Amino acid sequence: MKRNAFRAALPHTIPIAVGFLFLGMSYGFLMRSKGFSFVYPMLMSFFIFAGSMEFVTANLLLSAFDPLYACLLALMVNARHLFYGLSMLDKYRGTGWKKLYLIYGMCDESFTINCSVTPPPDVDRGWFMFFVTLLNQAYWVTGATLGALLGYVIRFNTMGIEFVMTALFVVMFINQWEESKSHRSALTGVGCTLLCLLLFGSQSFLLPAMALIILCFTFFGTKENREAVK
Amino acid sequence: MTTIQHIITILAVMAGTMLTRFLPFLIFPEGKNPPRYITWLGTVLPHAVIGLLVVYCLKDAVFSAYHGLPELIAIVFLFVLHKWKRNTLLSIAGGTVLYMVLVQNFFTG
Repeated sequence: MKRNAFRAALPHTIPIAVGFLFLGMSYGFLMRSKGFSFVYPMLMSFFIFAGSMEFVTANLLLSAFDPLYACLLALMVNARHLFYGLSMLDKYRGTGWKKLYLIYGMCDESFTINCSVTPPPDVDRGWFMFFVTLLNQAYWVTGATLGALLGYVIRFNTMGIEFVMTALFVVMFINQWEESKSHRSALTGVGCTLLCLLLFGSQSFLLPAMALIILCFTFFGTKENREAVK
Repeated sequence: MTTIQHIITILAVMAGTMLTRFLPFLIFPEGKNPPRYITWLGTVLPHAVIGLLVVYCLKDAVFSAYHGLPELIAIVFLFVLHKWKRNTLLSIAGGTVLYMVLVQNFFTG
């Protein structure tokens, strides 16, 4: 049963493998270039397992100690997972102990596969989703660790490599922009954040920006919009 | 930061992340449906958060010596490359390499 599920899950994760190995390696390399031991990206990719937040955490580790801020930031940056969870309430139902791991490892990519792919009828759904999640996490942790290890061996001028994070988010922004008909939410995100950056300065604008975004959606999200989504 | 502070920070990030993943399953155990407002926020918030992260990444660029010019050049290049080849990884790699070349050779100091 497990072998069947593994065989069914593997092909769906191959594109993720390429992406995660590449991004994971840049993340590991970035951590190494900031002076961290390879243990950091290895453990962080395993325990946090939320790509964009791990990049942000690299910066947090180099600034003043403030765990509450770090936690709130993780909450906001990963708020989308709340909604992945809401969409998976049904799908993860009845998967037994595997449910805990499925929720723990629910990154964007595993969510996308598990919510859109229906495994063949002779394959156990729970094990299928389990292997999708496990394989994706394995790619990410491997990539991050390899990248950091390479950082010890390969020496070149890494100045500017932190731009990989900007590039990642810009590409995600373009992709989302093209997939959606209404650009209101994307513009709300950029607009509120820019406004708060000007008002509060670059040290403390993030939390007010997040609050403002939610306020905007709550007060200016018209009933018709919400109906349209439904 | 000390190593202990590093570990606490990482644990705090982990706690925040895990809360976002486990909370829906705790609030809505089998058989309960979330209110429409929450479902709707779930469809709009992801787009806004990516916009927020883009600004977050560029927060210091505008106030730097070149006022974000190398960032702007790299993003324009990335945009054109992405429109042309439609390959996410290629676009990220291309934009990053160009940025590194720019800040290491032309926008120094």
